[in-house]
Amino acid sequence: MKRLLDPDALRALARGCAVLGAGGGGDSYVALLQVLQATEDFGPVPLVDLDELPDDALIMPCGGIGAPTVTIEKFENGDEGARLREHLQFMTGHRVAALMAAEIGAGNGVLPVTWAARLGLPVVDADGMGRSFPEVPMVTMNLAGISPCPAVMTDERGNMAVFRTISGHWAERLERAAAVEFGGAASSTEFSLTAAQARGATVRNSVSKAIRIGEALAGATASPVAALIAELDAFQLVTGKVLDVERHTTSGFVHGSVVIEGLREDSGRLIRLELQNENLVALERGRVLASVPDLITVLDSETAEAILTETIRYGQRVTVIAFACDPVWRTERGIDVAGPRAFGYDFDYLPVEELARARA
Amino acid sequence: MPAPEYRLGIDVGGTNTDAVIMDPADRVIAKAKVPCTPDITGGITRAIDSVLHAPGADPLRISHVMLGTTHATNAVLERRNLRRVAVIRIGGPATLSVRPMFGWPGDLTAAISVGTTIVEGGIEFDGRDMSPLDTDTIARFLGRVGGSAEGIVITSVFAPVSPRHELLAAEVVKRELGEIHVSLSHEIGSIGLLERENATILNGALAGVARDVAEAMRAALAAHHLQPTRFFAQNDGTLMGLDHALRYPVLTIGSGPANSVRGAAFLTGSSDSLVIDVGGTSTDVGVLVNGFPRESSQGVEIGGIRTNFRMPDLVTIALGGGSVISSSPQGALIGPRSVGYLLEQEALVFGGSTPTLTDSAVAAGRSVLGRGKPSRRHRRLLAEALTRADVMLAEAIDRVKTSKEDRALVAVGGGSILVPDRIPGISEVIRPEHFDTANAVGAAIASVSGQVDRIFHVGEAGRRAVLDEASDEARERAVAAGADPGTVQIVELEEIPLAYLTSPSLRIRAKAVGTLGGRPEQHLHADLAQQARVAERADQTDPTSPPATAS
Repeated sequence: MKRLLDPDALRALARGCAVLGAGGGGDSYVALLQVLQATEDFGPVPLVDLDELPDDALIMPCGGIGAPTVTIEKFENGDEGARLREHLQFMTGHRVAALMAAEIGAGNGVLPVTWAARLGLPVVDADGMGRSFPEVPMVTMNLAGISPCPAVMTDERGNMAVFRTISGHWAERLERAAAVEFGGAASSTEFSLTAAQARGATVRNSVSKAIRIGEALAGATASPVAALIAELDAFQLVTGKVLDVERHTTSGFVHGSVVIEGLREDSGRLIRLELQNENLVALERGRVLASVPDLITVLDSETAEAILTETIRYGQRVTVIAFACDPVWRTERGIDVAGPRAFGYDFDYLPVEELARARA
Repeated sequence: MPAPEYRLGIDVGGTNTDAVIMDPADRVIAKAKVPCTPDITGGITRAIDSVLHAPGADPLRISHVMLGTTHATNAVLERRNLRRVAVIRIGGPATLSVRPMFGWPGDLTAAISVGTTIVEGGIEFDGRDMSPLDTDTIARFLGRVGGSAEGIVITSVFAPVSPRHELLAAEVVKRELGEIHVSLSHEIGSIGLLERENATILNGALAGVARDVAEAMRAALAAHHLQPTRFFAQNDGTLMGLDHALRYPVLTIGSGPANSVRGAAFLTGSSDSLVIDVGGTSTDVGVLVNGFPRESSQGVEIGGIRTNFRMPDLVTIALGGGSVISSSPQGALIGPRSVGYLLEQEALVFGGSTPTLTDSAVAAGRSVLGRGKPSRRHRRLLAEALTRADVMLAEAIDRVKTSKEDRALVAVGGGSILVPDRIPGISEVIRPEHFDTANAVGAAIASVSGQVDRIFHVGEAGRRAVLDEASDEARERAVAAGADPGTVQIVELEEIPLAYLTSPSLRIRAKAVGTLGGRPEQHLHADLAQQARVAERADQTDPTSPPATAS
């Protein structure tokens, strides 16, 4: 066992997950309270490494699916994880040995710990993205050729739905529609796998990384933003204020852009962020500063708290940072699934550090 | 419809209670400043007595009185005079993963709560029932805790989409317990169940505080044979009627700083400058946007409790006219201790023995006060402290600025004599007349607002139609709160689409502001009309049509 997730570690985890959300992944405040209550009532959750589990141990990737704005109002009952596990065990004939966050970003990085506490199961130090992405198939398990099925969904009432789809894309379409009927948000598991498979099909040590980020923020005395940049080896794209926010919805996804006007040392610069739930691309006078699958996160300049694409507002003083995604996303297959062209952009992906070097 | 006649504005701060009388032409004709008393009522009574005796005051023509205070915040911080409430959340079996008041400081929970419950019911984001409201469980809960509760707090999932389950639950309370203070979350906060529930619980707990303040104000005025219409200032610096304030006292909790910023705007005619308010103990720096304080982008914490209120976005530093100066090997130290309302006894310029920043300002010739310049012995310490204070003020000002261009700065508050004339990044420092009572002036400015913040479904009529609907609703609320319909304007309209939903839904925030108008008794009727309208909306048993299917 790597460690027990005590309240301090959970607080750090929630802050770190918000940074790794790259603007998406939902609110982490409710998720933090949920996990604090669950561990108070049921005891702390062990964090384990994939190497500690037997090869055939079944791992359940899980999280919430739906609208973050719904989940800050109608959040979980707490028993969803138990129902997902029960059904997955029934469908696969194997016992679930540990839970894993499908995405480490924001609230979804924390929610599986709440369920694990109530089930008395460990969580593994890994996830399926190393960040947040908007769609079900945008996970490393998909890159590794693991089936999304059986995909199981449940709501707070106890309704269940099981999906046998021909692809991750179809799982995305059907689950998204079902989530609306469930009341805008639901809980789900896809891409269940064994520990042996997971060792090569996940982003490893991402829970520890999120906790380290949170601890760096909590321990920063002078400048939390600088502490975070040092911890992440990140590039500061601009510091300034939000000049304009524009959003519109297309088939369930919020698209839009945010314009940030540089202040102080960046005075005179205008940076445009394009978003689809997460921050996708940062542009300056038509030139790409960073793009998916690398992470672009908007921080409050003062506190370094991550700001979600849904809560960014005119006049906020922000610092935009970008940092490298997990190497698996930089493979040909990774770029196909989550690179700029996968989001409809007509340019090739270049790593954030190469773009920075070219500017220097 | 006659305009208000004379208006009496009162601001109860941490150090002083200020009062001003303004005439129909918005001129300050009398003002008073008295030290606060440990019980808030003494300060209010003395400030009212004092201003009514001021030269130029014509008490009989006072038709409206407006009060702003930070007292509610202090009551929470000090756990003083809080009522005990029973907390009902409607939304089970959802939301059980975080129980009401989870994470609150234990002593505050103990001071406020007689019990909490989560019952089945609640609203979906699209207006459908999550499940029917479980009124039997509510009745049983009330039977158990009703005897010890002084108020009932009701919060339903998605009450900002439809308040109907909260209103039904309120009927159950009335049936079971008769007349008791009931706080409904849809009247208080916006989307964000836990933050809204927290704010609603604080509201129930503060009902007694609000009644005491209102009663002190009434008694002090009655002693002068006055019965003006009473208003409270709220978080954005606009007003609400007494009845509404008694039901929803938590909405007044941020009115202190808002009043100063509004007063500064009014006294200078400026609508887009920076404002610095230097009091006895602390200094607030804020920004005016279209005549109103810029709001914080995140909800604020009150006594460690997270709410979703937006408050004036301020930078506050522990530096004021009464800040005590001490010497150390590193040079002069400022505060954080302040002599507070004892300034006129303890400061050097008033013959006392404690060096304060007021002494520094006088020694540097920024103001003439008391018996004149302090003795030479202190000059070096005082000068050093002032240099340090200037740096602190400049840094605080720089932190609220969002553009590199120089901006004008309005300096208000009794301690604003400290503010130097030249500050980096500031084009000019404006010192209006009555700067020392700007907060009370801010309370007396007669504007009234109405706000809407909820989820709308974009039907066939389209986005424009729901934006209009939200704007109309905000206007109606402003009128219901006492605004003259002819003056009401939309000052803020923000739309946020909900992500990951196949049916288009928008969260819309709209705010309308108008000037106070209409006869006093109409305000009360308007408030009742507002309640009736909400109840009517709740009676529409057929909810919003189900969402469109995926495209």
